[in-house]
Order: sequence, then C-alpha cells, then structure tokens
Amino acid sequence: MIELEGLTKRYGEKVAVNNLTFAVRPGIITGFLGPNGAGKSTTMRMVLGLDRPTAGDVRIDGKHYDELKDPLKYIGALLDAKAVHGGRSAYHHLLCLAQANGIPAKRVHEVLDVVGLTAVAKKKAKGFSLGMGQRLGIAAALLGDPRILMFDEPVNGLDPEGIHWIRNLMKALAAQGRTVFVSSHLMSEMALTADHLVVIGQGRLLADTSMADFIAQNSRSYVRVRTPQREQLLDVLHEAGITVAGSGSEVLEVEGDKSERIGELAAQHRIVLHELSPQQASLEEAFMRLTAESVEYHAHGGQPAGQQGAQQEWGAEWRRG
Amino acid sequence: MAMAQVVRSEWTKIRSVASTVWTLSLAVVVTIALGMLISALSKSEYDNMSAQDRLSFDPTFTSFAGTSLGQLAMIVFGVLVVANEYSTGMIRTSLAAVPQRGAFLFGKIAVATLLALVVGMATSFAAFFLGQAMLGDLKASLGDPGVLRAVFGGGLYMTLIAMFSMGVAAMLRSPMLSLGILMPFFFLISSILGAVDATQKVGRFLPDQAGSKIMQVVPPVGDDTPYGPWGGLGIMVLWVVAALIGGYVVLKRRDA
Ligand SMILES: Nc1ncnc2c1ncn2[C@@H]1O[C@H](COP(=O)(O)OP(=O)(O)OP(=O)(O)O)[C@@H](O)[C@H]1O
Ligand SMILES: [Mg+2]
Repeated sequence: MIELEGLTKRYGEKVAVNNLTFAVRPGIITGFLGPNGAGKSTTMRMVLGLDRPTAGDVRIDGKHYDELKDPLKYIGALLDAKAVHGGRSAYHHLLCLAQANGIPAKRVHEVLDVVGLTAVAKKKAKGFSLGMGQRLGIAAALLGDPRILMFDEPVNGLDPEGIHWIRNLMKALAAQGRTVFVSSHLMSEMALTADHLVVIGQGRLLADTSMADFIAQNSRSYVRVRTPQREQLLDVLHEAGITVAGSGSEVLEVEGDKSERIGELAAQHRIVLHELSPQQASLEEAFMRLTAESVEYHAHGGQPAGQQGAQQEWGAEWRRG
Repeated sequence: MAMAQVVRSEWTKIRSVASTVWTLSLAVVVTIALGMLISALSKSEYDNMSAQDRLSFDPTFTSFAGTSLGQLAMIVFGVLVVANEYSTGMIRTSLAAVPQRGAFLFGKIAVATLLALVVGMATSFAAFFLGQAMLGDLKASLGDPGVLRAVFGGGLYMTLIAMFSMGVAAMLRSPMLSLGILMPFFFLISSILGAVDATQKVGRFLPDQAGSKIMQVVPPVGDDTPYGPWGGLGIMVLWVVAALIGGYVVLKRRDA
C-alpha cells in the first residue's frame, strides 16, 4: 500500500506535483496516467525519497521510505532503465544492490533468469539494447521479492514481444496479491492492464476511479449519419423519438447503437444516406478530454506565427460546432 | 549490521568497474617511475650542485618526486568513485537501496579510502626503495631519523588526496566539473602560488603543500615553514574533513 497525502513538489516557480492525495492498493494494477510533464516521474521519485516533497507526505505501509529496513524487500522500482553504471556487468549491478539489502547472491541468479538475461549476465550494461536495459531494471525491482512494485513507463521503447512480456509480468505480480503501480501516458496501454486508474494533469489529480467505471462512463457509442436531406431526416428522427446529439451541415450524430433503426426509417421516407456508421468513442479520446485543460505542451499544428489570426478563428468555429 | 551491508555493496561496486584498476595502476606506475627517473638524474647532477644545495639534498623526498604527477591519477580515482554515480544515473538506484544518505556516502568513502590507503602505502614504499636504488651512495635508509615517517607519510598523503577528491566530487556531482577544478588546481595553481613570494605564505596552507611536508626529511636551508611534518599533514586532514562535510551536506540537502 502506497499512500499519498497532499503531496506537492515545487521546482522554483514550477509546481510539478500539486496536492496529490490517493492510495495505491494491493492485489491490483493501478495505472498512473497523465500527459507528458504531468508529474508522474516526480511523484514516483518522491515515493522513493529521492526528491523531497515541498509539502505533504507519502508513506509505504505506513512508513517513510527511509524508515524501511532493507527497502528493496518492501518496494521494488523501475524509474529509469538507464540508471545503471554502464561499465558494470548486469550481474555485479544486481549483486551490489542485493548486498546493500542483505539479499542472498543466489537471488541475483534467480531474477536474471526471470527476466531472461542469464546469458548476458557478465556483459557490461552499456552494450545492452533498450529492451535488455529495461529487463535489467525490472530484475533490480524484483530482487528483494517485494510486496510493492512501481514501474515508470516500463513499455517505453519496447517491441511488441517485450510489451506483451511486461503486461503479463505485471498481471502475474498483482495476481500474487502484490501492489503494482505503473505509469503511462497511453490510455490504450492502461485499458489492457490496469484495474484501477489514477489520472493527473499538470500535477493535479483529475480522476481516481476503477477501470471498469471509467470505461462505463466514457465509452460512448453513437451513429454517424451523412445525408444531403438533413432537415427531412431530422424531422423523421424527431417523430420517431430519436434524439440527435450533434449535427453539422451534412453530418448527424445519434447517441447509442441505432444504425438499423435509422436505416429503416430513412428507407421508409425515401431519404438518401451517404453514410450510416456505428462509432465508438475511444478511451484515448476520453483521456484527452479529461486532460485537455491541463496539457502542458500543446502542439500548435506547426502553424507559422503569421497565421495566428486564422488559427484563432478556426478554434472559435470548432468550439461553436 | 546495515553499515556492513553498505560496505560489502560498495566493495562490489568498486571492484567491478575498470576505472578503479586503471586509475590506481596509473598512480602506482607514474609515482614510482617518475621518482626513479628524478632520483637517477639527481645522482648524476649531484657533483654539479652548489654546496648549499648539497646540504639540503633530501634523498627520501627526491624518490617521492613522482607524487606530483601520480597524485593526479589518485584524484581521478577519487572523483570517479563518487561522481560516476551521478553521471551514470546510478545514484538513484543506489539511494533507493540505501536511503540513509550518510551511510551511503561514508560507506562508499570508507571502502575507496581503504583501497587508496593500501595502494598508496605500497606505492610509497616501492617508490622509496626503487628511488634509493637509483641514488647509489647518496641513498637514505629506512632506519635513518625521520625516513620511516616520511615513507609512511607518503602513503597517507596519497590517501588523503583521494579522500579530498571524493569530498569535492560529492559537492560538485559531476566528474568533468570536479576534474576540471581539481586537476589544474593541484598541478598548476598550487605550485604557482608556492613559487611566488607574495603568495607563498598562503600557498603553503593548501592541502597538497601542507601535506607533502610529511615526505620531507631534510628541510631546505632557511626553511621558515610554520608547521612540522605532522602539523602539515594535520592541515591537509582539515581540508579533507571540510570537503567531506561539504559533500555530505550537499547529498543530504539536494534531490537526487
Ligand atoms: N529536477 C527538476 N527541476 C525542474 N523541473 C523539473 C524537475 N523534474 C521535473 N521537472 C518539471 O516538473 C514537471 C513534471 O515532470 P515529470 O518528469 O514528473 O513528468 P512526467 O509526468 O513524468 O512526464 P513524462 O510523461 O514526460 O515522463 C515537468 O514540467 C518538468 O519539467
Ligand atoms: Mg516521466
């Protein structure tokens, strides 16, 4: 169990983490989601006592990190796979960590085996590929057989096989009753792995909800209809008691999964349809809507400064529609 | 118990990187070889020396002439042991394993210091005996007054130089910055300050000049240094303590 209470971190003027309060519970995978610069890594560094909070508190099983005796036996973390001395072999890297926490050397061989690095155990870490480095970081996290695991964007830069491996590993760890706390900036990734979701934006808590609830609330299905006889179709739908959620000059959007009904109604009234397609709003869109207010680095579509006016007009149009 | 774990861990760290081997071997080879060379040159020059120079000729100190260059390798050793944690990012992994920052830093420094002491002592004795062999009939022997202290002190000097570098590296947290300051300081600035009359009085309180007094057996004629061999080493120890405290405070205060 990891508990954050009013956790805040300021770097000079910049508030990286702003008054975060939530708990990460055992037995499930908790996804920690936020766009770039949201403060995920900073929060995780504070959990490990690497960065000092400006205000607030974070506890692991009720204790501060530096009060844990042999902390690697409580909580294993992968923050940055590159946080390794490249001149040291994988084996010696893990051995020095094990010795610092009174973990027997035979455990080093075990975790090397778990992550599949036994064959390159004596090789220097600087020769490792991105995926191998990530595996070494995970081996270090597993070293003390901890009840709590924390991974910062573990699938970053991995190939599909590596991603699959990490997903299964996290699920297996949670199934053993461990606490798994994993960050990502991809909703689609979280939807596949996480049971619980904590979303932050600009350091602030935006959502703390179960994955199932988040999906139920946000997976909107609707039907997209395109017709040159817009007014006629609107009347027909209105008479049939079907509400139209959104409409442009040629396009209508109807909530729910009513494509068959709409098609039949259009045929009855001899209305021409150019498109009739069921749509599913993705979780990714829901996540983007949730964090839209707090995205730190907006892409400005590469518009040159001279077109600023045009861009504003375009934005206004979009808001009205 | 916990401290014993940190020491074991740091010993594994220090013996598993190549930089330990090459910096320390370089310190040994350069100190001994340069000492032998200068000793051999001094012997052939002795007959051309003035009477005053002959009076203050110090065969023991002459065999330690290589220290001026060999200490640079010791500085690199001390800097890399500490600052490589930062340059590689390993510091975060290390502090996650040992969150007691004082235990982490002093465990690391204890291991590196012990290693530097063993290598420094061996180098000092080897430099003395091989240097004396080059000096022929001018040679001093270990039983002469003050000689054993000087040879022993040579080992301590090398160790303290490494410790000072560790403290500075812990304060600056970057190998390039630390080396960029320490190397010119010990190789150039200190000797320039010592050579100019106006600054000499300040210069001799610098760590290397005060510390190297311990390696002298025959003081130069007209020497007015206000401290003796052990006093000089004491001044160097104060510098080392200050650097280590500085390094500890920085590590304790700052985010990793
Ligand atoms: N040491 C630091 N000094 C100054 N600012 C920092 C520091 N560390 C982080 N920040 C700032 O704090 C904010 C949060 O950064 P953080 O790395 O925690 O975000 P993140 O959610 O992990 O982002 P990403 O998805 O890109 O990894 C950013 O604006 C970043 O620039
Ligand atoms: Mg991050």
